[in-house]
Amino acid sequence: MTSSNSKPQPTLEDVAKVASLSRLALDDAALDSARVDLLAILEHVANLQTLDVEGVEPMPRPQDTVNRLAEDEPGPTLDRDVLLAMAPKTEGHFIAVPKVLGEGGA
Amino acid sequence: MTTPSTDVTSTPCFDPGDDLTARVQSVRDGDTTTSLRLESMLTAIDTVNPSLNAYHEILSDSARVTANSIDTRLAAGEDPGPLAGSVIALKDNLCTTEGYTTCSSRMLENYRSPFDATVVTRLLNAGATLIGKTNMDEFAMGSSSETCAWGPVRNPHGINRVPGGSSGGSAAAVSAGITDAALGSDTGGSIRQPAAFCGCVAFKPTYGRISRYGLVAFGSSLDQIGPIARSVRDAAMIYEVLGGIDPHDATTSDLAVEPPLADGPIDPSSLRVGIPREHCTDRNHPGVTANLQRIIESLRAAGATIVDIDLPLTDHGISTYYVIAPAEASSNLSRYDGIRYGYRADPRPGEGLEELYARTRTEGFGPEVRRRIMLGTYVLSAGYYDAYYKRSLQVRRLIKQEFDSAFQKCDVLLGPTSPCPAFRIGAELDPISMYLNDVYTVNANIAGIPAISVPGGMIDEDGESLPMGLHLQTPAYCETTLLRIASTVESMVRQADPIAAGA
Repeated sequence: MTSSNSKPQPTLEDVAKVASLSRLALDDAALDSARVDLLAILEHVANLQTLDVEGVEPMPRPQDTVNRLAEDEPGPTLDRDVLLAMAPKTEGHFIAVPKVLGEGGA
Repeated sequence: MTTPSTDVTSTPCFDPGDDLTARVQSVRDGDTTTSLRLESMLTAIDTVNPSLNAYHEILSDSARVTANSIDTRLAAGEDPGPLAGSVIALKDNLCTTEGYTTCSSRMLENYRSPFDATVVTRLLNAGATLIGKTNMDEFAMGSSSETCAWGPVRNPHGINRVPGGSSGGSAAAVSAGITDAALGSDTGGSIRQPAAFCGCVAFKPTYGRISRYGLVAFGSSLDQIGPIARSVRDAAMIYEVLGGIDPHDATTSDLAVEPPLADGPIDPSSLRVGIPREHCTDRNHPGVTANLQRIIESLRAAGATIVDIDLPLTDHGISTYYVIAPAEASSNLSRYDGIRYGYRADPRPGEGLEELYARTRTEGFGPEVRRRIMLGTYVLSAGYYDAYYKRSLQVRRLIKQEFDSAFQKCDVLLGPTSPCPAFRIGAELDPISMYLNDVYTVNANIAGIPAISVPGGMIDEDGESLPMGLHLQTPAYCETTLLRIASTVESMVRQADPIAAGA
């Protein structure tokens, strides 16, 4: 029912790449189990490949609804102190994060 | 998971006539007050919630202030709004300035929203008293409320059974009588399936009818907020309060929301009721089949025209959903990085920003959320985008066209909400079997059409009597027709089986 080129077979390497793109830190055991889950789900959704969708326009939103546009006018916003109070770590008026650039700005 | 010592299976199943609408009237008539009603519910929560785990947080202080103010205004002859006297609970993915908004996730364990969701503001403006935040599957990902970081929610009809999900806490609370009604969110059936499992009504309007501003986003092209209630008229009243355009949500429709039940139930003899063959297969529990057959016969006896409908893409809906929803979730949940709000992993010496993101997300999200983020990232990645994501969006159009052609032949589609009644906690560990719970509900989200689950009677399973739900769907923006038909079906079920009709 599925053509061979549509049959998904993500390797452990592929799964590690996906985990990295997902910003998840998975060890080898977790990657392996993620691969098993991914294979099972991809196997299940393989029935999508059996449908003829030639010439069918993709439908990103139900009923082809489009966002209403608003005038580009300033409105009320949340106070900076309110927003800073939500951050896990702050320094003065800034949100604190680990060093982004390496030694020598590399 | 151990069985709690307190037996709440004896929780009185509510009288369907004793709904929010009736209680609001009794407060207006001066038979009771909002504060008295609130206090008796808070007492009941103390007794029942430790076993059910329906609520994560009770907003008793703010609820008492609201209730008192409503009573004062009523006493002064003012009209605080159509929901004055009512007590309503909120799924914990709806932002409130009172209390926390956790999405039942470690990631947002200590998150306090600086703003109220539009639906929260509208409930308060309509006079509702908001009693607490209900447990859910983490980030609304699940069909059993077992992925809740604060432990599984339990079903008042069977304490070892799930309440459904993801809005399981909201449905369990309504069913146990520890709120008059609750709000939930529905991305693939997340209010309708728990309502079916707990014997309540749940109504998902057309995509765009109710503002999602302040709803923590999961699948933005699928998410819709809706009420879980004791009766169709309660659901209609809450919908009328919530619906309509919102400048904060650019996807809200500008079509006017009319009072849905102004003309009462629909005369069945004028109705063409479509029964999808694919919703009547042998995957259904025999009790589900029997109750569905009974209502079909009642409708036929009342003069309705019963039409067989083919929806061959029913099963493809689950596949489409499990590509689109994770794809959108992987994008929406990328905001949880431990920087601006929410959980942040403890710092480690020499660790850079990327490592902090990854450790924060790995520690903050539970397994199902991580699974869906991975799946979503995979189907959106180069080389797979066309085969999965784009193809799913094409199948979505085919599903919409399938509904369009079905609604040429009938006014409403009728089937079961879920193939089976509430299953046991821990029974469905395999993700695919869990996903199949939503086989009859997801296509309404994919096509964006309105759908409602109403109690369809009880089912015997292993010596327990469990509720099942009837699922009704109409074309987009036909909420009035849907609610009027649902009201007709509700009274037919009640007449046929007065004890079992409400749960």
